[in-house]
Amino acid sequence: MAVAVPTPPDGSKLEEGQATQFSTLSPGQRAAGTFKRFGLFLATLVITFVGLTAITFFIGRFIPVDPVLAVVGDHANHDVYEKTRLAMGLDRSIPVQYLLYLKKVLSGDLGESVMTSKPVLSDLLAFFPATFELATLATIIGVLVGVPVGVWAGASKGRWPDHLVRVIGLFGYSTPVFWMGLVALFIFYGKLGWVGGTGRLDVGYDDIVSPVTGVLLIDSAMQGQWEIFRNALSHLILPGLILAYFSLAYIARMTRSFMIEQLSQEYVTAALVKGRSFWGAVWHHAFPNIMVPLITVIGLSYASLLEGAVLTETVFAWPGLGRYITQSLFNADMNAVLGGTLVVGAVFIGINAFSDFLYKVVDPRLRNS
Amino acid sequence: MSATAQSESLRQWLESDAPQSRRQAVYGNVWRGFLAFVKNPAALAGLIIIGFLIFVAAAAPLLSFGHSPYEQDLTHRLAAPNVTHWFGTDELGRDIFSRVVYGARVTLTIVFLVSVVVAPIGLAVGTLAGFLGGAVDVVLMRITDIFLAFPRLVLALAFAAALGPGIENAVIAISLTAWPPYARIARAETATIAKSDFISAVTLQGASTARILLKHIVPLCLSSVIVRLTLDMAGIILTAAGLGFLGLGAQPPTAEWGAMVSAGREVILDQWWVATVPGIAIFIVSLGFNLLGDGLRDVFDPKSSS
Amino acid sequence: MSALLEVEKLNVTFPGRGGETRAVRDVSFTLGRERLGIVGESGSGKSTTGRAILGLLSGSARVSAQKLSLAGQDLRDLPEPEWRKLRGKRITMVMQDPKYSLNPVKNVGWQVEEPLRLHLRTSRADARKRALAMLEAVQIRDPELVYQLYPHQLSGGMGQRVMIAMMLIAEPDLLIADEPTSALDVTVQNEVLRILDKLVQDRGMGLIFISHNLTIVSSFCDRVLVMYGGKVVEECGASELSKATHPYTRALIASVPLLTEPRAQLATVTRDPAWLT
Repeated sequence: MAVAVPTPPDGSKLEEGQATQFSTLSPGQRAAGTFKRFGLFLATLVITFVGLTAITFFIGRFIPVDPVLAVVGDHANHDVYEKTRLAMGLDRSIPVQYLLYLKKVLSGDLGESVMTSKPVLSDLLAFFPATFELATLATIIGVLVGVPVGVWAGASKGRWPDHLVRVIGLFGYSTPVFWMGLVALFIFYGKLGWVGGTGRLDVGYDDIVSPVTGVLLIDSAMQGQWEIFRNALSHLILPGLILAYFSLAYIARMTRSFMIEQLSQEYVTAALVKGRSFWGAVWHHAFPNIMVPLITVIGLSYASLLEGAVLTETVFAWPGLGRYITQSLFNADMNAVLGGTLVVGAVFIGINAFSDFLYKVVDPRLRNS
Repeated sequence: MSATAQSESLRQWLESDAPQSRRQAVYGNVWRGFLAFVKNPAALAGLIIIGFLIFVAAAAPLLSFGHSPYEQDLTHRLAAPNVTHWFGTDELGRDIFSRVVYGARVTLTIVFLVSVVVAPIGLAVGTLAGFLGGAVDVVLMRITDIFLAFPRLVLALAFAAALGPGIENAVIAISLTAWPPYARIARAETATIAKSDFISAVTLQGASTARILLKHIVPLCLSSVIVRLTLDMAGIILTAAGLGFLGLGAQPPTAEWGAMVSAGREVILDQWWVATVPGIAIFIVSLGFNLLGDGLRDVFDPKSSS
Repeated sequence: MSALLEVEKLNVTFPGRGGETRAVRDVSFTLGRERLGIVGESGSGKSTTGRAILGLLSGSARVSAQKLSLAGQDLRDLPEPEWRKLRGKRITMVMQDPKYSLNPVKNVGWQVEEPLRLHLRTSRADARKRALAMLEAVQIRDPELVYQLYPHQLSGGMGQRVMIAMMLIAEPDLLIADEPTSALDVTVQNEVLRILDKLVQDRGMGLIFISHNLTIVSSFCDRVLVMYGGKVVEECGASELSKATHPYTRALIASVPLLTEPRAQLATVTRDPAWLT
């Protein structure tokens, strides 16, 4: 990493301080580097997504249910069956079938849902905002609570804040999210009545707010429907907090771990030597060093919340992507299940890859290499 | 020799600084690792929990005190915890306590099966990639990275949905998404070990690739794989419970904790124990594996900050 | 010469699993505006002594002294806010490896200016001017360029010079240099030492030079303290080392290989447990 002093062939030493040896890149070169990294990011993304489609194709092809029968029904006669089979391309070889499938996917055709009789893609788009609302709220809380708590725990190594965060993290890694949702629903809705029940709104409040963004909180606020806003909030808060708990458990634990690592570094001691207070060193020196890996952690947390949402939405009858997938599961609607898997998977992969890319772009140590 | 004198000399033998035989060295290491492990109260708690789980699963018939996990008694359905039914009864009048106890068997089965599938696959892919290098390495690792980037639960859902319900299918579904980290670990370790002199020595002696991998490299990767497996186990149990909650995984009337929580969902507001108790069991077992895994990691790799 | 630093019977004890460790035992010395070298091997307590003077030992360490004062100010049991006024302004420390002792995500200028921000009310423009001047004083040829660089872009010698600039910018009275050249190439070491020498001389500072390298210490410092097992075993002028009396010191001197006196076997130090008492 450090630049070595070059020695000219005649053995004399170049004086240190000469500008020739620095690896500073011009802004143009730096931009080119970022560009290259972005290109790599896109390429990885594409390859991984293609891999995912291969998996969903594979799953779809090898289900025990005859896909033709699923379309034509049990009572269709032989000709209809054959025609449909040809139309579905099932007579072609597997690789060709895959390419056909890929083509359909890329053009947005994920098949039709048996359950809703609508194209799967339009179903997914309709249900996406609810999941987005939930995951985003949970991540915001997770970051706002998890980061400061993690910093505090890391800086208080060995004392009670440290142990507290470790316990919180441990519980977060051991609790089944669906169970926690159920128990919370029982306690805070069933017994205490503090929050709304399942679903996004109480029955009777549907269809009052016209969906603009799909995010109820925003839409109702925009339209001045404050009673709806409050009701939506009371329904959002419990599933949101539950997911937020898992998010903050993870974020706090990682932040703590990063913090402990940085605080043992020499530059922190150097800051103290200069006259910094301990907490001054924590926030002005150590924290900037963990901001970058934290971005990756937050990205990973958001992505994993999408997964956690699957079960949470089921418990809270929250009309999002997760619930759509599980409902399709119960209805043996393979198109919807696979389509949902593809979309959730794509978002998951995308967020992870983007966090990774962002990390490499923002770290000054890697900026100029 | 008296008993104490015997245990004293055994302890000396184990802790000797200059082991006389390979066996003594190996046992000595195990003993030292064990001592370091039990010093950690959390790790010890984890070990006790898992030990308890194994005990419960093995002794399930005894522990259910004559109640059958399958026997329905519709006249006493959804009974609150009482003297006969310590955890009450579920919606079909079955004794929840014995169902929880028998559920330990299902959980343990899943733990065992997933380990047995995932570890060999991961080791195979990883050691081959790390040892052979070149194109094999690149291709295998790309595949691993692709699988690593997939969302675990959702994909396990899709697999289980396609394969149909059932415990074997759930195991396959989980394993298909759980193996990549082990390939990564195995590859990293193999790449380092493969450069060692003793590998060169064995190669010069004429050992085949298979022999080198199986007899020399895999044993060295095992400890990392085991630690990682233990740490992952909680997640695997939670995923399996999630699948059970959704009706995939072990089918009724088998007592599976996730499915039991799901069954109790309908009556959560009035008969809360039906759903709550199995969930507590899931939590305790996951906690146990997390603690155990943390403890093992501290013993095998103390550098990593926990 | 008025005493800048007075240390009398300094003791530092660390609690440990097998009992306590006495890292520094009854260490006493005074320092004026001169250069004092502390030589010792790892574990001799030399670095711990340096950190004790800065009040930077971990909370578990027990520090006691009959006297520990900087220009008359008693440093024993000093409350943290008071320590913060001293550190960076009156006492500072140059550490061993700039790869680790400089903050990787802040640029050179920010780090060099930091003591000014902490202790003096200087405007941003003024701070920048002083930082640039300081970078020039440590013989960095293009201060404007280096100002905006990040530590990973600096070579070892440059990094150490930045470190020196950073620690001297607020014009402290006492500088503790803890193995300042140990991480540098031999050829670069002399450069850095010369710069350090000049600055210390020009500003009339006191310098404590901690090192395991007897040769450097004896050529660079005015007086030398030899430490072993937490105690001071020898104290003499740098030029009088050849007349040292303690067997450890003599063994140290004897173990330095000389190009002019080739030997079949290098001498090592035979340790006498009596030295530890």
